[in-house]
Amino acid sequence: MRQRTSTLGTALIATAMAGVLLTLRAWAVDPTELPDARLQARYLALTHELRCMQCQNETLADSPVDLAADLRREVRDLLLQGKSDDEVRAWMVARYGDFILFRPRFSPRTAWLWFAPGVALLIGAAVCWRIVRGRTALVDADSEPVGDDGPVPGTRG
Amino acid sequence: MNRFALPMAVFVALVVVLAIGIKHSPQKGIILSPLIGKPAPPFSLPSLNDAAHVVASQDLKGRWYLLNVWGTWCVECRAEHQMLLEARDAHAVPLIGLDWKDDDAQAREWLAQLGNPYEAVALDHSGNTAVDYGVYGAPETFLISDQGIVVYKYVGPLTREVWTKEILPRLPAHPAAKS
Repeated sequence: MRQRTSTLGTALIATAMAGVLLTLRAWAVDPTELPDARLQARYLALTHELRCMQCQNETLADSPVDLAADLRREVRDLLLQGKSDDEVRAWMVARYGDFILFRPRFSPRTAWLWFAPGVALLIGAAVCWRIVRGRTALVDADSEPVGDDGPVPGTRG
Repeated sequence: MNRFALPMAVFVALVVVLAIGIKHSPQKGIILSPLIGKPAPPFSLPSLNDAAHVVASQDLKGRWYLLNVWGTWCVECRAEHQMLLEARDAHAVPLIGLDWKDDDAQAREWLAQLGNPYEAVALDHSGNTAVDYGVYGAPETFLISDQGIVVYKYVGPLTREVWTKEILPRLPAHPAAKS
C-alpha cells in the first residue's frame, strides 16, 4: 500500500512538473527566431550553455535582464555571419572569460575540474573495496567450522 | 585510532584545499577580466556634450585614461560619483565616461546636478562597446595605458582605497601627493 501511494505521488509530482515546464515554455524570455531551423537549433543550444554574467546562475536563454538580451543578439548576429559554435564561444570568452561557459573548456587551468570526479570515483571505489574485503574476511573467519556449542573463545584460527 | 586516521587525513586535506580556495578567490562575485594586458577594444561613439564629435579610442592613444562605465539607471554609480569628482580634481589621469544604455537627456541632467567628472562621455546606446569590454554591471572602471592596453579593471563603485592602492600606483610617475 505504501509502495502504491508513493508511486501515485511520484506520478502526480511528475505531472505537476511537466505542467510547470510547459507553462514556462510559454513564458520564455527569448522570442528570437532565426530564418533557418538548423541555425535556430544551434542558437538555442548556445544560449542555453552561456551564462548570464549579471545573474550568474541563469543561462542567456533564461535571463530576462538587458545584458542577456544584448548577448543573445550577439549570438544571433555571429551565427548569421556564419561563425561556428566554437567561434561564438571564443568570442564570448574573449570578453567575459571562461566563467561565461557553463560547460568549462578543457585547459591546464580547468584540468582539475575535469579529472576531480574521476579521481573521487577511484577513491570511493578503493574505500568500498577495502570495506568489502574487510567484511568478507570476517565472514570467512566466522564460517569456519565450529563445535556444536557454537564459537568458543580462543578456538578460532 | 587507525580507523579514524584516514578519514581524518582526508577531512584535513579537504579543509586545506577549501581554505586556499577561499583565501585566493578574488573579491566575492568579481570575475577577472580576460582583457587585462590586452589591447583595449576600440570604440568610436557619439559624444554626450558635443553632438558633432565622436569619442574614439583612437584619439585617446598616447595618453593614460580611466574608462568609467556608468548610467543614470545605476544606483551604485551615484555612490561612486563623489569619488570620481575627487579623482578628476587629483589631475592624475583623465576620466572618460561610457554612458551605458542610457537616456541622453537624463545623463546630461545627472552631470549638471552632480558635477561632471569626465573629460568626455561616450554614448553606448546599443551596449555593444560595453559587451566588447566584458562589462556585466555598472559601475566598472578600466585603466587604459598610453599604449592602449587594459592595465586594470575594477568592478563596483570606485572607492578612495581602490584609487590610492590600485590605480595611482599603476600610473607612470604618479603624482600621488595630489590625491
